[in-house]
Amino acid sequence: MINFILNGQEVASHAKVNDRLLDILRTEFRLTGVKCGCKEGECGACSVILNGRLVNSCLVAMGSIEGSTVMTIEGYCETERFTVLDKAYAAVSAVQCGFCIPGMMLASECILAKNPNPTDAEIREGISGNLCRCTGYNAIVEAIGIAAKEGQGLW
Amino acid sequence: MEAISKSTKKKDHEAKISGRALYVDDHVMDGMLYGRLLRSNKARARVVNILLPELPDGYYVVDKNDVAGINRVHIVLDDTPVFAEENVEYVGEPILMVVGPELKPVERILHEIVITYEEQVPVLDMRKSDTVFFNYNYAKGDIDQVMREADQVFVETFQTGYQEQAYLETQGIIAYPHDGRMTVRGSLQCPYYVHGAVAKALGYEAQAIQVIQDVTGGGFGGKEAFPSILACQTAVAAKKANKPVKVVFDRREDMEFTSKRHPSVCTYKVAVKNGEITGMDIEVLFNSGAYTTLSPVVLQRGLICANGVYRIENLRVTGRAVKTNTVPTGAYRGFGAPQTFFAVEMMMDHLAKKLGIDSLELKEKYMVRQGDETSTSGKYHFHVPLPEMIKRIDELTDYREKRKCYQQQTGRYRKGIGLSMFFHGCGFTGSGERDMIKAVAKIRKNADDTVEVLASNSDIGQGLKTTFCKIVADTLGIAYDQVYIDNPDTDRVPDSGPTVASRSLMTVGGLLQRAAAKLKQEWKTGQEQIVEEHFVEPDFVIPFNLKEFKGDAYPTYSWSVNAIEVEVDTLTATTKVLGAWGIFDVGVPIDLNIIQGQMQGGFLQGIGYASMEQMDYNDKGIIRNNSLSDYIIPTAVDVPNLITEIINNPYTHGPYGAKGAGELPLVGAAPAYVEAMENALGADLNKVPFTPEDTMRILQGADQG
Ligand code: FES
Ligand code: FES
Repeated sequence: MINFILNGQEVASHAKVNDRLLDILRTEFRLTGVKCGCKEGECGACSVILNGRLVNSCLVAMGSIEGSTVMTIEGYCETERFTVLDKAYAAVSAVQCGFCIPGMMLASECILAKNPNPTDAEIREGISGNLCRCTGYNAIVEAIGIAAKEGQGLW
Repeated sequence: MEAISKSTKKKDHEAKISGRALYVDDHVMDGMLYGRLLRSNKARARVVNILLPELPDGYYVVDKNDVAGINRVHIVLDDTPVFAEENVEYVGEPILMVVGPELKPVERILHEIVITYEEQVPVLDMRKSDTVFFNYNYAKGDIDQVMREADQVFVETFQTGYQEQAYLETQGIIAYPHDGRMTVRGSLQCPYYVHGAVAKALGYEAQAIQVIQDVTGGGFGGKEAFPSILACQTAVAAKKANKPVKVVFDRREDMEFTSKRHPSVCTYKVAVKNGEITGMDIEVLFNSGAYTTLSPVVLQRGLICANGVYRIENLRVTGRAVKTNTVPTGAYRGFGAPQTFFAVEMMMDHLAKKLGIDSLELKEKYMVRQGDETSTSGKYHFHVPLPEMIKRIDELTDYREKRKCYQQQTGRYRKGIGLSMFFHGCGFTGSGERDMIKAVAKIRKNADDTVEVLASNSDIGQGLKTTFCKIVADTLGIAYDQVYIDNPDTDRVPDSGPTVASRSLMTVGGLLQRAAAKLKQEWKTGQEQIVEEHFVEPDFVIPFNLKEFKGDAYPTYSWSVNAIEVEVDTLTATTKVLGAWGIFDVGVPIDLNIIQGQMQGGFLQGIGYASMEQMDYNDKGIIRNNSLSDYIIPTAVDVPNLITEIINNPYTHGPYGAKGAGELPLVGAAPAYVEAMENALGADLNKVPFTPEDTMRILQGADQG
């Protein structure tokens, strides 16, 4: 049994130590907001927040997460910070096909958690591990900038 | 700005941002089996023998013998086998599928299957192909005479490479039998294409097939025809196992074996007399890969654009799409136009240098105006906004000044700026809309006075759910929230044609507007009502004749001018994009945010095509750039300064004045980028992608020279 905290809940998984966190989240916990785009750490669609840091869950072995805290979009959705980002993304229609978006949202959170007033260049750097083939990124960068302004004090 | 252009919250925003939206791989059904394809590892061979291991209970091997209907996928010419027969024609051609309750044993079985091939010599180079799949020619004026009488004839060849759609969600389909029917659902653009193909492969009546589009993680053309192939294979497996079967590709499989943009080689011969361009003789060659798929229509669009936006009175265009033993190519945003627009824009640029004038000046001299003839002797019926777009680009970038100033540079860092002007024909090519598609769209008013949009076009990220609902709500004069739309399900929606060719909003959106206008007049509160509309070609259109390749290939055009500025580091051969500017005319935007998103996303995809998206096969016909670490697409830091502007140029026959939008922004990025590289490097360039390796070659050549 591997024990960890998933979206605020203590959970135990039957996973083998070399299973991917990505697969376990999707199949055992049915958290399908975590997307698989490449399974090679290149696209960021599978991003989760692991112990406060953004990671590609396709590169994390279950054996390494005993005692860790994992947050996926499903858990992040319940937060006030999500609400601010959600509104900002909606205001600029930053969501197109949506496949990169759960990962982008978690990346947005990590950027703002580290630096509540990022410059555009810092935002771009912060999401550069998350590919988006639809938007050209401008709207996403803008949305994160808006959230930073609107969410003063939250981050 | 028009009222309709004001942005609203997208219909699918909430489901997607919260991670609740279900894509095909997120669905799990009771008793579902998982499938994987066994593919040819030879580019051209006869399959002599297939040796199967013993199968555990509940596992199946599915192949050509299980295809109850016709073992061909219905696309255009129906030559793609559902599963290979005696011969395989490319590395990756599906031979059989293994399905079972768990993937690991499925993969083990795949490894244990032994296939014996009798290898043949493959044709990999399109220039050496002796099988011409499609061949179209057209001409006007007297090209032979102007060539004879020319003071000079300039000849050049241009090449473009593959482009991989690289949608973030890979291909995936689920098929399940029930009540004597087969339901197929998945990541796809064109439900009725899949419907027709699956019925044919299973040998079922049309009514026995249901196709549902799941939320789709991007398509860009890659989910136009390809899902029909996977759907046939999956449905055949589901029928054999009598259980739901799901097949989702992994990234490498998706990159290596699904269709991508046609590589091209174009040769231009341009006659010049007394400093004037008197004619162009153009040869276009597209690599179709092993099967025909959508190549005839891709080639048609490419040929129609071959002379760009220029008035060329004596013109001959010949085009061929040829067979090679490589992965079949297909639809990709722009559909043949990015290839020929690249060639013609570069040709004009090189001509200008040879004639000793500025390239923009030469382009301006020949660019078409309203009322001029199109390449195919049709007509530009509406205002051509190129002059004001050029003016705006110059204001934004100081283009003319910079272009001159960058001509004489020394030192390690050198800058360059390039410009392209282009159009994208709105809607299906030629008479396709009138003769083949015959779109139907419906709206239904429920007893509670909510209104549902019923059309077969899918929202694959381009915002169609939102724009369709806006058109209907606004026309009816009711709240946007009162109008809704579900993902298309062929049991519920009529065939409004495919989600392609920059046609959904202009053509189907137009039908919805008409339907809504009619419903408004007949509106009966508290009652259920249905209104249906059928496509009618606008009166002004000069009918297109495919045999003669003459007439209006499109009712109207979307226009654009792009400029790109680069800085090349001559020591490392790397390039930074300092800025990318695009002015776009898509008629009236039905939602400004959505249009801006389309323009920015498409433009960046085009810059990727131009600069970094390198894909090629080796001498065995195997595509090597099969992962996102080998095939690089732009990230958020690659083009931080990307600016797009929309100009207002309403189209009288589009809904609220809207035209086609989705493909336009990709078409002109490549020539603008490569012109900028030329400006920086002081050389004539003729290929995309133009990568750092290419830059290095130029720099070294210059050093040696
Ligand atoms: S799926 Fe993990 S980075 Fe792509
Ligand atoms: S919205 Fe489609 S990949 Fe980002």
